[in-house]
Amino acid sequence: MNSQAGMETPLTQYIKGNGASLGLKEYEAIGGYTALKKVLQSMTPAELQQLVMDSKLKGRGGAGFSTGTKWSLVPMGPEAPKRKYLIANADEMEPGTFKDRLLLEGNPHQLIEGMILAAYAIQADISYIFLRWAYRSAAVLLKKCLEEAYAAGYLGQHIAGSDYKLELYLHTGVGRYICGEETALLNALEGKRATPRAKPPFPQISGLFGKPTIVNNVETLSCIPHIVNNGATWFRNLSSSEDSGTKIYGVSGKVRNPGAWELPMGTTIRELLEEHAGGMLPGYQLKGILPGGASTDFLTGDHLDIKMDFAAVAAAGSRLGTGTMIVMDDKTCPVGMVHNLQHFFAQESCGWCTPCREGIPWVEKILWSIEQGAGRKEDLELLDMHTKFLGPGNTFCALAPGAMEPLQSALKYFRPEFEKHIEQKKCPYANHTH
Amino acid sequence: MSQNKADTNASIQQPSSAKPGGTELSVAERALIDHEISLVPYRKAAVIEALKIVQQNRRWVSDESLDAIARYLDMNAAEVDSVATFYNLIFRRPVGRHVMLLCDSVSCYIMGCTELYRSLQQRLGIEFGHTTSDNRFTLLPNCCLGCCDHAPALMIDDDLYRDVKPMELEGILKHYE
Repeated sequence: MNSQAGMETPLTQYIKGNGASLGLKEYEAIGGYTALKKVLQSMTPAELQQLVMDSKLKGRGGAGFSTGTKWSLVPMGPEAPKRKYLIANADEMEPGTFKDRLLLEGNPHQLIEGMILAAYAIQADISYIFLRWAYRSAAVLLKKCLEEAYAAGYLGQHIAGSDYKLELYLHTGVGRYICGEETALLNALEGKRATPRAKPPFPQISGLFGKPTIVNNVETLSCIPHIVNNGATWFRNLSSSEDSGTKIYGVSGKVRNPGAWELPMGTTIRELLEEHAGGMLPGYQLKGILPGGASTDFLTGDHLDIKMDFAAVAAAGSRLGTGTMIVMDDKTCPVGMVHNLQHFFAQESCGWCTPCREGIPWVEKILWSIEQGAGRKEDLELLDMHTKFLGPGNTFCALAPGAMEPLQSALKYFRPEFEKHIEQKKCPYANHTH
Repeated sequence: MSQNKADTNASIQQPSSAKPGGTELSVAERALIDHEISLVPYRKAAVIEALKIVQQNRRWVSDESLDAIARYLDMNAAEVDSVATFYNLIFRRPVGRHVMLLCDSVSCYIMGCTELYRSLQQRLGIEFGHTTSDNRFTLLPNCCLGCCDHAPALMIDDDLYRDVKPMELEGILKHYE
């Protein structure tokens, strides 16, 4: 785990980086679970909610919604349902995203403490970690850490000597990208097909088994102990932009030093690419960037000075998403790459609504025929049409609109490449033909 | 569902701790499923856990196993199957002794998973979705394994391999008999 000298990296500074994980004793030695004790001794749930609201923490799972606002919609007080749930979304499956794995494998107790704090803030009594199946080592570690936390009195009855009680379970999924969508995740936890639910009612009112439920991302929850320990102002000042805190950014693709780094929110694309990722590999030029995973619009070399925060990336026409960027080089075919993305989305569509179930496979087939040299001029208009028909407002959830983001921006920035495939009746790139 | 029967391979269908034919859940399976039921408000909410438990024990979920789960959770078989077939990693057909998941998502695509797939096809003589004739490997595509900074990646059983080059495959595969 790299970080710049002098800069604070609260989430990752104690992660050893050699695959080793912090156990309970090590976590306590660096101040672990002091935030939990402090809150249980001296803060009401309302005060903790207000602190997180003041910190301006936004969800790190991709949508960037205010965590404090999300929590504030949960019914509180004596009239509220007794059973409430807090869920950590550890179903990291957005292609190009590998940031939560770092936190899950490197410092699982940080997540567990963040979850207990979040659960206390909404007065939940049951909590789940929804972990994707493929994270086998994280599953083993979390199981061990949960046992440690129970044995130390941080979970179960009378947590840290208080009246607060919480059960925390690890649930491993059985694969499907859509489980990362929070209402689909709830259906998966209920033993159903993981199709998204209609909103409203929002999960805060009627979530898991019909009870008030909060679903937060792993990175989001891992921020909570640090906000408690150091305060909202400190958290806001970690950032170099409007959005507060640090962010775990990642870079993958043909760069010298692919990896993940905790940096101030608002670090520029240029700094990420050139300083941290070490620039492009020799012989490769930068052609495009998906800034925050597979379901974000392409940016190009003209956008290197954009700050990687929610507002600035949106203003540039894309989304921060998960903050883990995928670099497209000049030797990777844009049509082949977008086909790869659409193949993924077609496969992972849950099939619930028609535009997504039928539309994305059609898009995938059109792209495949273009890539194979069988494209027609009018295919580009068909693709343009799909980016609108599968866009926001026309589908049940955000999967299809997300799928259309890299397609619409590829058609905008790399249209000549698509045309070249059609004119030459072949893919001009030697590599990556299936 | 009939195709599963046609695909049945006696050597791996035999559940280790269930009655021959696997028509009933074993005592051990029921105990594990009962624990999951105790954590949820109603029986059928434990169906995914039940499928995982049975698959862990029997390697895949046959029609007979599925029926047994359905009876135990007071569900009908079609309802259980609609859940089982939704999820990528519940196997409704027999799988080999080792399941290989090759990441085919975008970072691995850029970093050469297509070449890796070609090499695997040559070595194993199978395509995605198939099992080698000696039942050694089942090869499946998998979406993003979450180690994009070490692409391309693949998993064999519980083991993750990163930065894999086609020339390294032989050395990796020989660990799995």
